[in-house]
Amino acid sequence: MEPIVHFRAAVALLGRFPALAGIDLDVMRGEIVLLRGPNGAGKTTVLRACAGLVPVVRGEATVLGHDLRRNAAGVRRRVALLGHASALYDELTVADNVTFWGRACRARPDDIAAALQLVGLDGRLRDVRVGRLSAGQRRRAALACLLARRPELWLLDEPHADLDHEARDLLDRLIRQAVDQGATVIMSSHDLDRALALAHRIVTLDAGMTADQRAAGTGPGTPAEALRGDGEATTETTAEVSHVA
Amino acid sequence: MWRDAALVAGRDLRIEARSRVTVHQVAPFALLVLVLFAFALDPARSILERATPGLYWITVLFSALLALSRSAALDETAGARDALRLSGLDPSGVFVGKSLAVAAELVVLEILLGVGVIVLYGAEPAGVGLLAATCLAATVAVAATGTLYGALVSGLRVRETLLPLLLLPVLAPVLIGATRAFEAALGRAPADGWPWCGLLAAFAVLYSVAGALAYGTLLEGS
Amino acid sequence: MTTTLPPRPAPGAARDEADAARPATTASPATRVLGAAALVATALLVLYGLVISPADREMADSVRLMYIHVPAATYLYVGCFFTTVASAMWLRRRTPGWDALAEAGAEIALVFSIITLGTGSLWGRPTWGTYWTWDARLTSTAVLTAMLVGYLALRRLELDPAARSTRAAVLGLLLVPNVIVVNRSVEWWRSLHQGSTLVKLDPSIEGTMLVALMVGFVAFGLIFAWLMVHRFRVAWLDQKADGLDLEAALAARRAESRAPTAPETEVTP
Repeated sequence: MEPIVHFRAAVALLGRFPALAGIDLDVMRGEIVLLRGPNGAGKTTVLRACAGLVPVVRGEATVLGHDLRRNAAGVRRRVALLGHASALYDELTVADNVTFWGRACRARPDDIAAALQLVGLDGRLRDVRVGRLSAGQRRRAALACLLARRPELWLLDEPHADLDHEARDLLDRLIRQAVDQGATVIMSSHDLDRALALAHRIVTLDAGMTADQRAAGTGPGTPAEALRGDGEATTETTAEVSHVA
Repeated sequence: MWRDAALVAGRDLRIEARSRVTVHQVAPFALLVLVLFAFALDPARSILERATPGLYWITVLFSALLALSRSAALDETAGARDALRLSGLDPSGVFVGKSLAVAAELVVLEILLGVGVIVLYGAEPAGVGLLAATCLAATVAVAATGTLYGALVSGLRVRETLLPLLLLPVLAPVLIGATRAFEAALGRAPADGWPWCGLLAAFAVLYSVAGALAYGTLLEGS
Repeated sequence: MTTTLPPRPAPGAARDEADAARPATTASPATRVLGAAALVATALLVLYGLVISPADREMADSVRLMYIHVPAATYLYVGCFFTTVASAMWLRRRTPGWDALAEAGAEIALVFSIITLGTGSLWGRPTWGTYWTWDARLTSTAVLTAMLVGYLALRRLELDPAARSTRAAVLGLLLVPNVIVVNRSVEWWRSLHQGSTLVKLDPSIEGTMLVALMVGFVAFGLIFAWLMVHRFRVAWLDQKADGLDLEAALAARRAESRAPTAPETEVTP
């Protein structure tokens, strides 16, 4: 089976800074992959590169069949990125924002309405200006924009940040639902407990390179525990990576 | 492309409607400039009357700078850029949409200033057809050029000071043309105003095409 | 968990290396010849302009300014032309040479535009009594000067070099069209007023005055070429000095690793 995402020794530049200095990554359809690593390791850049936003100058990089070195823009419609910075307009209401971004990517009106419903913003909050919302509510609105796109690949950059406990549960539910329906998820998160419970596989990045890839357990007392001590992960060569089928 | 343009224009205008910056800030500024000109030129009515077309269009240009700056600011945050690139919107459509939104705001402003000039400077409207055509052509010209140049300086800390420096020399022909056309319409100048209006229309077309072509490159490359 | 620093080079080694890598000057045999020719031509121009050619019937000695003013104005446009064409080529090919050429063209054009404005202004004084007449050419040149200043301001921004070059290229591409539009509208505007025209290239100009003008064109052409070559080379060196040494950057990036031994990744060229 072809991997959805395939990176080999990929080098990506942000201006003149090689944010990615040799990334190896393989993600199969239906997997949930967690990216972890210290700040500045390149997690955000990997996500943006998968979205076709950052030029890859060396190595191999293919996402959903699109060669990122030749035609990065082609992959954009099929992915969705939930980043740090929100693309919501403060003066417009939640409904206006989600409708705009939904129609921009040619989403069906049903999907847009369903997205608002799924994140719980279809009630009173629907017609509140985004500028007046709390950070968590804004995150949910951004999530609605993502859901409306129905992307095949979800790229989530610290999605649990700013969300309260309930909202985090909601997000996890939505992720699992999406994966059941055939989507693939790559995310970075500092909420390790949650992320480790969700993820099928964990990829550790360091200084723009892949330091480690391993399968995740699904409960406590598994290799996941061992990973919590940051910086002490043993380095395994990529030859020993086991993929969850 | 037109579908995307309509979408973006709708968004920009809706934001404007909610925040009302044009109505609450730019319009009063424009009227204030008209008043200031009167202070500077001493309302010995003859000077103001003779200079009315020029003063009108200078005021429009300065107000346009404010409107264009705001339009550019809408899409310059990091998140907005990424989202725009990911959304699959045609960049030419985004350009046309933003230009149309600014043009709409400017038309409202021009009508308001027209009233202001009639009241404050005692101008007498005549040759309304030429006036309207000139306004239309000049507005599109200013909006298209300004949106393109706004993209050139978007995201920069010095955007506020660099935009006027880049834009005003380029718009000099628009100022010249619009003023001459107005003078002709008001019966002040012997020359025919319609050729000037034609110049403005050509300018508008040139910059609309240039902007539509270049906007994508700027969106990606910056 | 320490990364070892590379051993310090011997004191003299670094200097020698740098010297070998960096040329001492942007001069070359070609530019020396060019420069010499420019000097000779300028000397000739001074000779013809000030001494040999006669004073004009109408404008007396101030006509001599024309031998500078007209060539300067011409090469101003040539410089702008270089910038626009180079900007277009950069957008297509993305090689730094075109970017350097665009920058050089605009800067030299600015120099010549100031000369044009200066000589035009000086001419106006004795002829019409004012330093500035709203003559079509002078006014257009003033607007063009503002455009060039704006372009150079954009070039100097603190921005990622690729982004800066892209924006500058789009702006540079529009330079010649802008100039054409401005010139046409200003001329048309001024033609409505039967005002003073500063420089009429009088078709009946002949004899030594014509020769002086031709010498002026040649001299300024050589000066323009000399300046362009040097400025281009400086810009080119700037680009290279600023340029991305990918291997070094990658090595530095990988050295940030916190792992005890940074894993070796196959780098496929």
